[in-house]
Amino acid sequence: MRNLTWRAGAVAAVLVTALAACGGDPATTEGTTSGGGGNTIKVGLLHSLSGTMAISEVTVRDAELLAIEEINKAGGVLGKQLEPVVEDGASDWPTFAEKADKLISQDKVATVFGGWTSASRKAMLPVFEKRKALLWYPVQYEGLESSPYIFYTGATTNQQIIPGLDYLKEQGKTKLFLVGSDYVFPRTANKIIKAYAAANGMEILGEEYTPLGHTEYGTLTNKVVQAKPDAVFNTLNGDSNVAFFKQLKGAGVTAESMPVLSVSVAEEEVTGIGVDNIVGHPVAWNYYQTTDTPANTKFVEAFKAKYGANKVTSDPMEAGYNAVYLWAEAVKKAGSTDVEAVKKAAGGIALERPEGLVTIDGETQHMYKTARIGIIQPDGLIKEVWNSGEPIKPDPYLKTYPWAGGLAS
Amino acid sequence: MTAVLEKKPVQVAPKEPRRWKGAALFAAVAVVALVVMPLVLEPFRLGLLAKYLCYAIVALGIGLAWGQGGMLTLGQGVFFGLGGYAMGMYLKLNDAGGDLPDFMVWSGVEQLPALWAPFRNPVLALAMVVLVPLVVAALLGTLVFRQRVRGAYFAILTQALAAAMVILLVGQQGLTGGTNGLTNFFDFFGNDISAESTQRGLYLTVAIVLGVLYLAAWQLVRSRFGRLLLAVRDGEDRVRFLGYNPATVKTITFTISAVMAGIAGALFVPVVGIISPALLGVVPSLELVVAVAVGGRFALAGAVLGAVVMGYAKTYFSEELPDAWLYLQGALFILVMTLAPKGIVGVAGALRDRFRKEAAA
Amino acid sequence: MEGFLNQLPIGLSIGAVLLLIALGLTFTFGQMGVINMAHGEFIMAGAYTAFLLQDWAGRSAVLVALPVAFVVAGLMGLLLERSVVRFFYGRPLDTLLLTWGVSLVLQQLARDLFGAPNVQVLSPEWLQGAVGPLPYNRLFIMVLAVGSVVAIWAYMNRSAQGRRMQAVMQNRQLAATSGINTGRVDQRTFFIGSGLAGIAGVGLTLIGPVGPTLGTYYIVDAFLVVVAGGLGQLRGAVIAAVALGLLNSYAEFWTNASLAKVIVFAVIIAFLQFRPQGLFVLRSRALT
Repeated sequence: MRNLTWRAGAVAAVLVTALAACGGDPATTEGTTSGGGGNTIKVGLLHSLSGTMAISEVTVRDAELLAIEEINKAGGVLGKQLEPVVEDGASDWPTFAEKADKLISQDKVATVFGGWTSASRKAMLPVFEKRKALLWYPVQYEGLESSPYIFYTGATTNQQIIPGLDYLKEQGKTKLFLVGSDYVFPRTANKIIKAYAAANGMEILGEEYTPLGHTEYGTLTNKVVQAKPDAVFNTLNGDSNVAFFKQLKGAGVTAESMPVLSVSVAEEEVTGIGVDNIVGHPVAWNYYQTTDTPANTKFVEAFKAKYGANKVTSDPMEAGYNAVYLWAEAVKKAGSTDVEAVKKAAGGIALERPEGLVTIDGETQHMYKTARIGIIQPDGLIKEVWNSGEPIKPDPYLKTYPWAGGLAS
Repeated sequence: MTAVLEKKPVQVAPKEPRRWKGAALFAAVAVVALVVMPLVLEPFRLGLLAKYLCYAIVALGIGLAWGQGGMLTLGQGVFFGLGGYAMGMYLKLNDAGGDLPDFMVWSGVEQLPALWAPFRNPVLALAMVVLVPLVVAALLGTLVFRQRVRGAYFAILTQALAAAMVILLVGQQGLTGGTNGLTNFFDFFGNDISAESTQRGLYLTVAIVLGVLYLAAWQLVRSRFGRLLLAVRDGEDRVRFLGYNPATVKTITFTISAVMAGIAGALFVPVVGIISPALLGVVPSLELVVAVAVGGRFALAGAVLGAVVMGYAKTYFSEELPDAWLYLQGALFILVMTLAPKGIVGVAGALRDRFRKEAAA
Repeated sequence: MEGFLNQLPIGLSIGAVLLLIALGLTFTFGQMGVINMAHGEFIMAGAYTAFLLQDWAGRSAVLVALPVAFVVAGLMGLLLERSVVRFFYGRPLDTLLLTWGVSLVLQQLARDLFGAPNVQVLSPEWLQGAVGPLPYNRLFIMVLAVGSVVAIWAYMNRSAQGRRMQAVMQNRQLAATSGINTGRVDQRTFFIGSGLAGIAGVGLTLIGPVGPTLGTYYIVDAFLVVVAGGLGQLRGAVIAAVALGLLNSYAEFWTNASLAKVIVFAVIIAFLQFRPQGLFVLRSRALT
């Protein structure tokens, strides 16, 4: 009996501590400093710090923190220092909505930088629209969206997918096989690719989706090899890429015989996939660590200095880094952190960023971005081999592409 | 089976004073939940509490199936999802008016799928919230329990069911919204869904539903059927030899727990504003079982308590120490399982006994 | 047609992967009634062992890693058994939840030790290439699976220890009264079962990602193989793994990857209607 009570006591102690911690929680929030008042301006950073998406999102948060630090060093915004409030979306979409609500209604942040997956953005969107707060979303996505309360600093489809197709067409690759993870981005991307192919005399030999986190690509590889396409357009996500490239290489497919153009593989993923398995394959983004601009030299140096010399920078990180600067610029122009004023001021803002000139399109709240195709090098970095020459006007609904007529209706 | 139930009730009720105490405690908790909480908590925190209470409804079902019936169901998320999607589909159609829901438009669906048609009607949709989990669970339960699939087999089967359900939902993007699930709702039966008053009303609804279901479950456990369920848990073969059919008892209980999960899912959707496959997979289903174990699986109150405590803990730690959450969750769990298999309720009971003993001495 | 024929060896190789990840489980689960949800993390430990040995053994790390991973994962299993699991015998459902807690901790530990991103494990030069549709690395995994099965079979049937293991599996009490130290046998079983997970992990580095969440990708499949094959049944596990591998391969060939998973699951449910205890059952008159 004594033994039992001792054990019971031990567990009770742990639970009580946990409970006490939780109980104290609502009372201790000192959310009185509003976004505009006080000596600091609070900004929210909302990414997955745990769970499957943490791999990617933590680096974006790091880039955003770097931007905040740099801006603070340079005197802050409107004479005030930025104070980041970091929350964990935990790779769980409702948690993103919950934390967004917390940042807005409890911490009263001036703006939020956050999200990665489409699902997390879709989950947060109603929160931002209903609370009339601002979200800066830093990742390339499937387009067909233009929320008045979201700024999209990553590429929309006409700045990544379509240039990727233009590149393949230029290379004479007319027979494509489409491989993607089973979620919104790949399915939408592939719809666009099919419409593009139909209009450009290209042929789609197959279209396959695998569940997120899928790691068995034997059958799929067989299907691809049997179809004998000129190239594969790859919209797989995350760990699936590792399995896919390893097994594709096992089947004897090389970048020369059948290039695989990826739109979700950046510098950070290359090591995990194994440089061996992916070297020579093309990728489509707007930014690479090797992009040759003065702003990028500075960014890469600062990032390595802060987080370690072995760290790499990638497109979504750069887009997150940009987001903070673009917002700060809009606030300066508006003279206030008021959401409506910032939105109004943001249109037309143009900054030289690591990826080159980035201009905010006031109408869609997307960015003008330069599309770049790169080839994965033996050292794991990506070398640009093609670009669109000038920043492309964002067109999330592909209104300016006649062949895309049926897509957005 | 019904013949069994209609037999004369046996007098097994506990002593009167205890029951009176239990009722007082229930009333006290009800007052706190219905009156104090809405006054004390800010709207955002009240919304969170509403979410935990939704989970508590699922936990109640798990407590019934697992704690009382010995069926470790690792796939409650499936039923939670079925209820949730039924509600989500209605809300989506309601918001869209005569048009297609937004996600169908960008998924390239041109005509409303036949599967969606019944969910235009709110009454039918609410009926589906109960009926779909009921039918699925009854069917699955009949198939599985009749063949005496039990224990670990049953647990793994339900877990695989959750995994398969997620894949199925994600794969049918035009029909279900894919990984994004259903989100961005505006109207809830004529009210603005994000308005504070609506959310407060929703919270009260969830709390009342939980209370009613709790009382119903409590009655069930105290009934003859509840005794039989315990007997099945502790010695299924022996019960069979006595002439009962354990498969029926288990199927009924499993179905009840599934319906509870379905109702919870339907309430969860307007409270949180989203239903997606990630909410009903293997991990969320397991987390709820964990919550039940932490609270105390052998008492219905323990299940409810566990869900609320773990919900709060998760929110708190992910706000304060996101990196430590997995460690803590794992460690707490190992600790509870090894040192206090009866959970918080068991610990409280042991402490009370000790206190009594000391008082008596 | 060629594609159709190619699916046969591919199906067999999927079966080999399934067998490799499930083999250890059949023992810990079947023999001891312990549902080890941390089995996936032992696979992960094996994979990271290969990663760590790369520094020292270079590209052939995979070979060196096999015995090392067996011992590393085996010791982790032993530690788990000694520290907590042994208090849980006869409570299989509780071990399931307990080991799930352990698996969460191990995942986070891997994240803290090796970082969240996947790490690079290079496959040996001599594994580049293919015989027909079957890459050498998949062939290697098949050899690994066959080798493990043969070794386990020999151990169980040809060694005194193995026979004791069988005795405990068939009737624990009777074995104990016959003078077998069941505690010792349990430890050994757990060591071997977990060690096999380590070997599986090394093999998987050739075809899959190596990261903290590696285990979660395989654990559900592994359990399904065990359930379909019957607890503690070596031949059951082999037949179930190969059958599920082939089913998966052809289902995916004719439909798609998502649907194939659902089909496999439906077939298993249907199968359990006919054989609720899996392919092979240990006959017993014992009552529950």
